[in-house]
Amino acid sequence: MKIGLDVGSTTIKSVVLDDNQKIVFKSYERHYSQITEKMTELLTKIRDEVIGGKDAQLTISGSAGMGISDTCSLPFVQEVYATRIATGRLLPQTDCIIELGGEDAKILFLTGGMEVRMNGSCAGGTGAFIDQMATLLDISLDEMDRLSESYEKIYTIASRCGVFAKSDIQPLLNQGARKSDLAASIFAAVANQTIAGLAQGRPIAGNIVYLGGPLTFLKGLRRAFDTALKTTGTCPENSLYFVALGAAYSSEIQIDLDTALKNISKYGKTGHFRSIEPLFKDKEEYAAFVERHSQCKAPRGDLKTYRGPVYLGIDSGSTTIKAVVLGSDGKILDSIYKSNAGNPVPIIRDYLLQLYQERPDLVFTAAAVTGYGEELIKNAFNLDYGIVETIAHFTAAKRFMPNVDFVIDIGGQDMKCFKIRNGAIDNIFLNEACSSGCGSFLQTFANTLGYQIEDFAKLGLFAKHPVDLGSRCTVFMNSQVKQAQKDGATVEDISAGLSVSVVKNALYKVIRVSSAADLGRHIVVQGGTFLNDAVLRVFEKEMNVHVIRPDISGLMGAYGAAVYSMQKSMHREGNSSIISLSELENFKHEVKVTNCGLCNNNCRLTINIFPGRRFIGGNRCERPVTKRSGKDTDIDLYAYKLQKLQSYMPVPAGKRGKIGIPMCLNMYELLPFWHTFFSMLGFEVITSPLSNRKLYIDGQSTIPSDTVCYPAKLSHGHIMRLLEEGIDTIFYPCMSYNIDERRSDNHYNCPVVAYYPEVLAANMPQLQNKNFIHDYVGIHIPKEFPKKMLKILNHHFKEPFDLKEVKIAAHAAYQAYDDYMKDIRKKGSEIIDKARMEHKQIIVLAGRPYHLDPEVNHGINKLITSLGAAVISEDIIAARTKKQPVDVLNQWTYHARLYSAAEYVATQTDMNLVQLVSFGCGLDAVTTDEVRSILEKHGKIYTQIKIDEITNLGAVKIRLRSLFAALEQ
Amino acid sequence: MAELVYDKNGRLLFTKEMKKEYTILIPMMLPVHFKLFEGVLRNAGYKIELLTNSGQAVVQEGLKYVHNDACYPALLVIGQFLDALHSGKYDLDHTALMMTQTGGGCRASNYIPLLRKAMHKAGMDQIPIISMNLVGLESNPGFKMNLGIIRRMMAGVVYGDTLMCLNNQTKPYEIKRGESTALLDHWIQNLNNQFAHGHGMNMGDLKKNLQQIMQDFAAVPIKKVSKVHVGIVGEIFVKYAAFANNNLEDFLAEQDCEVNLPGLMNFILFMLEHRPDDLKLYGGGPAASIASSVSKFLFRYVSKMQHAITEAFQPYPQFLAPTEFSHVHELVNGVIGYGAKMGEGWLLTGEMLELAESGFENIVCAQPFGCLPNHIVGKGMIRKVKQVNPKANIVPIDYDPSATKVNQENRIKLMLAVARENMNQS
Repeated sequence: MKIGLDVGSTTIKSVVLDDNQKIVFKSYERHYSQITEKMTELLTKIRDEVIGGKDAQLTISGSAGMGISDTCSLPFVQEVYATRIATGRLLPQTDCIIELGGEDAKILFLTGGMEVRMNGSCAGGTGAFIDQMATLLDISLDEMDRLSESYEKIYTIASRCGVFAKSDIQPLLNQGARKSDLAASIFAAVANQTIAGLAQGRPIAGNIVYLGGPLTFLKGLRRAFDTALKTTGTCPENSLYFVALGAAYSSEIQIDLDTALKNISKYGKTGHFRSIEPLFKDKEEYAAFVERHSQCKAPRGDLKTYRGPVYLGIDSGSTTIKAVVLGSDGKILDSIYKSNAGNPVPIIRDYLLQLYQERPDLVFTAAAVTGYGEELIKNAFNLDYGIVETIAHFTAAKRFMPNVDFVIDIGGQDMKCFKIRNGAIDNIFLNEACSSGCGSFLQTFANTLGYQIEDFAKLGLFAKHPVDLGSRCTVFMNSQVKQAQKDGATVEDISAGLSVSVVKNALYKVIRVSSAADLGRHIVVQGGTFLNDAVLRVFEKEMNVHVIRPDISGLMGAYGAAVYSMQKSMHREGNSSIISLSELENFKHEVKVTNCGLCNNNCRLTINIFPGRRFIGGNRCERPVTKRSGKDTDIDLYAYKLQKLQSYMPVPAGKRGKIGIPMCLNMYELLPFWHTFFSMLGFEVITSPLSNRKLYIDGQSTIPSDTVCYPAKLSHGHIMRLLEEGIDTIFYPCMSYNIDERRSDNHYNCPVVAYYPEVLAANMPQLQNKNFIHDYVGIHIPKEFPKKMLKILNHHFKEPFDLKEVKIAAHAAYQAYDDYMKDIRKKGSEIIDKARMEHKQIIVLAGRPYHLDPEVNHGINKLITSLGAAVISEDIIAARTKKQPVDVLNQWTYHARLYSAAEYVATQTDMNLVQLVSFGCGLDAVTTDEVRSILEKHGKIYTQIKIDEITNLGAVKIRLRSLFAALEQ
Repeated sequence: MAELVYDKNGRLLFTKEMKKEYTILIPMMLPVHFKLFEGVLRNAGYKIELLTNSGQAVVQEGLKYVHNDACYPALLVIGQFLDALHSGKYDLDHTALMMTQTGGGCRASNYIPLLRKAMHKAGMDQIPIISMNLVGLESNPGFKMNLGIIRRMMAGVVYGDTLMCLNNQTKPYEIKRGESTALLDHWIQNLNNQFAHGHGMNMGDLKKNLQQIMQDFAAVPIKKVSKVHVGIVGEIFVKYAAFANNNLEDFLAEQDCEVNLPGLMNFILFMLEHRPDDLKLYGGGPAASIASSVSKFLFRYVSKMQHAITEAFQPYPQFLAPTEFSHVHELVNGVIGYGAKMGEGWLLTGEMLELAESGFENIVCAQPFGCLPNHIVGKGMIRKVKQVNPKANIVPIDYDPSATKVNQENRIKLMLAVARENMNQS
């Protein structure tokens, strides 16, 4: 008999074959990371009930089975390979296999050159991801599958990383999007992610087979793959067991099961994993800790007996909703803390009704709301004030520690912290791109291991050997935990280890401190995650300081909002505008989803309709609300530059035919140069259209590296568009060097900008037999350029060019580039002047030329103008300063502008710099620190916004509003 | 005690007095080569110590003091320095740090500034940092790369590449375990002795030594069994430094593989070709022409040394000689442009082609997570390499502080499973 055991990341599968290769036994169950126990249980069962003393050959497979088989000297077969063996036997006609597991995703190309692709260090697009999303939507997997059938719309969700997806889904939930649409969108995202991330340019076609848990159980997911692949795949019988079957088929070595079992159980007890010291020495130390923290209490009053002005504060968070009722004596009269279950509106309605029931005479003097759902709640209930979260938390923290200099709030999936300098908020740290320092991660883990979060967290308090999981992305941590468990860590150790990781991520990944002194000594911690004693303890240990955790840690946002409304309404007559009891009773909430379509951003709008009011969410600017199209180029240089670039139209009927230029990366600045150069030579220059999501998806399958920056990824789509237009000659040169602006020691482009055309040439089969001119070109030595370019042109075109015409064209091209730069500088100056006349703040939105692309910047420039400030870019003010000595190697043209711009901003009272950083940009790891230090040296606030395929504009808004609030102070 | 002297930009200099008093710490990358370099620098009067500290403490120090999105090698090397300095083993007022700096358009040329920032953050501004480079970045009165040192170092590279290459081909098959390693250690000592007495550097000595080395390794009794041939390419630090790639070579050895790790020689030639190529591609003034001529001169000198290795291998067909630069150069033609210079540039693509051609078609392409040049010359070129050589079986592996060994090894095992199948079929 042959036994195959597939020990995966979340489940364990087994198959036993008789001598005729027939399946006589199979099993599939979750192992909850109790790997050795489950293996022992399963093998014992197989030995006693199936094998019954006959000869047995055993082979192990699966990611979690690797270590165990090594140590116990059991035969092992790599799981993808096992799948292949099984498919070869059972479904020999298969061309391609798509297999999703708990934490892995694989595509196997069987025909036409066998190749295997599996996900690397990213767990996005896997079963664990879908689990996480179901938890977020607060539904079971079955429900999710059922709901997905009746979808109407597909939203764009990044499934590269659960973290990103969450920040896409949460605002949608808050805006009232339907769960059925979300469920289908999640499946579509997984399909897209798998195809894009793994196929990497290789077409998936022919007979496609779906394997693994998620694809077996979720019809909706299979449908999403079918849609994405434009085909119908099959999910065969035993689709869960292919790895186990493959292992069984390859079993050849006789195994004595009794010995194997003994070894396995021994293995479970080896206990080699990296651990750190326990959180508490003993119960006494814990008791002292609890005692110290129990003293920090907010004053409480009684709603029933209290008479006087009453204030309401609401914090509509990403996963929870909190409300506080405050008396004018500062005492909390009542409060709630609830999961928002995807829609906070009915919860607040019920709460208000309940309050009125208790106190029918209740009249609110003022009410304020903060948090993700601020606008929705404010509009739904007609509250007086909406404030940015940072202000709410600062207001609350001051009540507990008047001299507070650092506030850290760790919630479910968002983390905010900020320093306080001279009584104003300074230096905000938010986790736009990463939720690794947050609590929802702990929660998801607790659930995976079968615990409630409260119980799970407590387990860690007295763990003897907390697992050292380090800091970094939590999605990656799954496999680290897996490894630790494999090495014998207990649930207690893991719980403690995870708490440590949450804190370390928060400190070293999001805030990036090197020592506690950096953050200040008067620290208030808050947010739901700090209710967890283990997390609090780790934080104090790591910071080496005693901190204040108010007993209303989870309510601080709401408390702060209430206090704010009290302070703000102090000198105001009358009562809150909050809707009355009768209005509440007749309250209705209807949601419609639509696309704006008024500009290229094409925001997906959620229209919330309340009796007599409506609220539009999801918009970047005020146009869908006011229906007015202001002339944004007057005050927004990004809009102006884009318009200017679009004015470089093709000159028709070029004698040399058409030449295409993809609008990507450095073309956002060099278009005037190349457009003029080729037009002068007699080409009709066709540029690719503005980027959008569709364009990205169309080129996605040819991207070889999924961790390269989004602007680079978009270039694949631009090439596709040009080819679709029938352009056979495309010009996109490799450029190691950029124009030398004499602001740096050298004038390089970054490696990606410099050489990306090579990637397009090597990975886009569509470019085969086309004239794709991607030679190495230098425009940094104008004298040499015509000679060198002549050679390149004559190499690519039959009809020869002569040096004279190339020289003339080159001269015109340099002139055009110069003119363009002068023009935008002039416009920049005009915007600055206009802003100064109108007393507007000027925001220098600093990045790279390609951040002009609306698909890259996600309309952040518009968001800024809608908040009442003017927007200019770094290049126009960089020219106003000389080369700066900086503490880094300054040798990239674009990056040198950032340093110069920062120096200039530091001298202007009404200017502030906001740096746009593309996710995955390695060079910005260097520039961001330097720009920050230049600004902070001059007492300026540094604001950074990380952007990606998807950007959570909610978080961007918090940053910008906090910046403006801090500037006001 | 040496006075602290700064240049006009406020950079702390390594002075001549410091040369006498200070211990210079250098992070280990390639064990064979670096032990030879250590000897060279010691003989030149520097107190040198190679850092081999590794493990989680090093990573933690790195995470604490370096921007977490910076390259993994930067994080590791800086972590290694700080871990050493915090260990209490060194007198902080008599210690200097040395690091190589390539100075290209890759962000890796920023390691030195990142290190300086980290040292400042850690409150150790008094420690001088020496950039070892051949392009004239940051000079120091107390440390000069004079001709004598450069010649010895180059000889060190020749010997290092040869020894590493032979050891990789002998060790997996040796009958008496440890014999190959012992021979390797013997030669490192022997060569350092020669350097100390001013020998081992001229062409005559070089050829003689190489012959002897070949003879010695050929004499190690081996038993040839069929093993999976695996080549390693990648970002230079992750490719070579064992603690950066989770002991990749050891892992592959355990998996019963013979490993081929292309040496340093071609990287040096690749760097030397930079200026002449730039001149050819983009033109330039008289200064660029002179720089190019100097590079060309050095290029010829180093090429000659490389050719000595090839010659030494000729009488021993059982050993596969390191591929000469000119051949790798030729292989790349039509696959990627020679203008791709940043990081490992086209050479990385060339090494994949070279390995695939010489029977090491199973390749691990090791890179730090998010390495910019590798998006282009590594992952970006795999498809093209396979077009050229359909047998190529390449697995890209990302390294960073959070990537787990389990995951990496699982991916490598998959590559090996396919490799074994291919081996059995042929």
